[in-house]
Amino acid sequence: MQEAFSELAKKIKAGEFVYTGELEPHNLSTEIGDVVDWAKTLKSIGRITAANVTDNPQSFSAMSSLAASFIIQRDSGLEMVYQLRTADKNRLALASDILAAAAFGLKNILALTGDHTHMGNTPDAKPVFDLDSAQLVDLIHHMVYEGTDLSGNEVQGPRPEINIGVAGNPNQEPLEIEVLKMERKAEVGADFIQTQVVFDVDIALTYLESIEHIGIPTFIGIFPPRSYGQAEFFDKFVSGVTVPPEFLKTFKEFKAISDKAERKKKIDEFNIDYFVNFVKEIRKKKNCAGCHIMAVGYPDVIAPIIEGAEK
Amino acid sequence: MIITKEKPLEEIYASIADCKKVLFVGCDGCTQPPRGLKEAETLAKLVEMKSKMEGKPIECRFTTVVKQCCDESVGNLRVQIGDCDGMVSLACGVGVQILNKVYPEIWTRPAQNTMFIGSEEIRQGPMYEMCLACGDCILEETGGICPVTRCAKGLLNGPCGGCVEGKCELPMEVNGEMVKNDCAWYLIYHRAKELNRLDLFRKYRPPKKRALAMNPRRL
Repeated sequence: MQEAFSELAKKIKAGEFVYTGELEPHNLSTEIGDVVDWAKTLKSIGRITAANVTDNPQSFSAMSSLAASFIIQRDSGLEMVYQLRTADKNRLALASDILAAAAFGLKNILALTGDHTHMGNTPDAKPVFDLDSAQLVDLIHHMVYEGTDLSGNEVQGPRPEINIGVAGNPNQEPLEIEVLKMERKAEVGADFIQTQVVFDVDIALTYLESIEHIGIPTFIGIFPPRSYGQAEFFDKFVSGVTVPPEFLKTFKEFKAISDKAERKKKIDEFNIDYFVNFVKEIRKKKNCAGCHIMAVGYPDVIAPIIEGAEK
Repeated sequence: MIITKEKPLEEIYASIADCKKVLFVGCDGCTQPPRGLKEAETLAKLVEMKSKMEGKPIECRFTTVVKQCCDESVGNLRVQIGDCDGMVSLACGVGVQILNKVYPEIWTRPAQNTMFIGSEEIRQGPMYEMCLACGDCILEETGGICPVTRCAKGLLNGPCGGCVEGKCELPMEVNGEMVKNDCAWYLIYHRAKELNRLDLFRKYRPPKKRALAMNPRRL
């Protein structure tokens, strides 16, 4: 990491084990209030340093993640990781958004390619993909450190002060593809990696080992499921994510518990126990900078997982 | 070669419903599947039959040319056109435009939807898009597999996170069936490995010079 501009980057640089959360503006909605509330909840936990704001996830249009990041950061006081995908914008529009992010005081951008536009709710939209995620990293890095865009045009005024995150995929087969990709992203200036959801701790550990030589601080993504349906959804429908059979079996057993409160209690206990051990294992790795907890709408387990992992 | 797909008969008929005599012009050039004399005859007969059934008969004639993408090659159609008040081209979009340019007094309508530059594994077999004519070929770096065309996102630094078991995340409809294409970057990785040139896969490629594909292009 060349420079640490954000709180997130400063903590990573200080060697602290960092937790990040995730916020998702609603599909095609002007409402952002409850997302701000969720950010406040994350902040109140005390150990969440920043939260990602998703950019048209699964190619369903939602409020601009730039505007949402600004509003949520301003109103909650929690630092945002502004997710920016290249699926919808060319390099000109991306540069505009990076400048705006700087003006809005956003200090982290997660550079993504994004799901194909055809997969969402506007399948006839023109897919842009003028740049890919590595090239977006290159663009941001140029603007921050060279003071130019990729055509050499100079940034006027103070340069943006932004740390650059990239997505990692520990589930990629063969893993060598992913390692070579991360080497490329490191070459163009990625500061940190946040991974796709991982359920199997061995996959996370193998991943961390395989990219250790690259030297990029890495956050492993976790998603404590609230139900068997959610766990099964990840296993079946989320690209590249597999859920260990034992994990699924346990959740299937919970599904059979008819008392709702009892079922929730069991699921919460299981998640806390499972992910405390998970986090304890991954944090032993030198290049593991922290854990990215994607538990939107499931605040009950976040604090206990962090508390447990910190003991 | 240029791959085309015939428009529905209804659509072709509707576009010439106001004509009395129509010349159907095939193309013996690169258009695939073949759209030559035989196909022009078949289409002309179908449209003529339909027009009679509709009670507004259209006299349909047919011919073909060596290639419709050349002003000179289509220059000797005058005799066949005779007193026709409309033409239908079985060529790609280029042919339709050339006939309209060379014979501006007669409106030429398309019989095809022009699909892509592609290949087939066997004659008359399934067809695959292979080249987007981007004007900046990098096949020497990707083991002869074009990511600009064969990666749904056209990534130069792939694969993306949507590559699962070597397949693209994007389902495509092919003749009514949903299929998933091979991930181009997964193929490039294996090809590079086979050629002992993983360095080419690992290489960071800066953004594409889109200006090279700014249409309409000229040479």
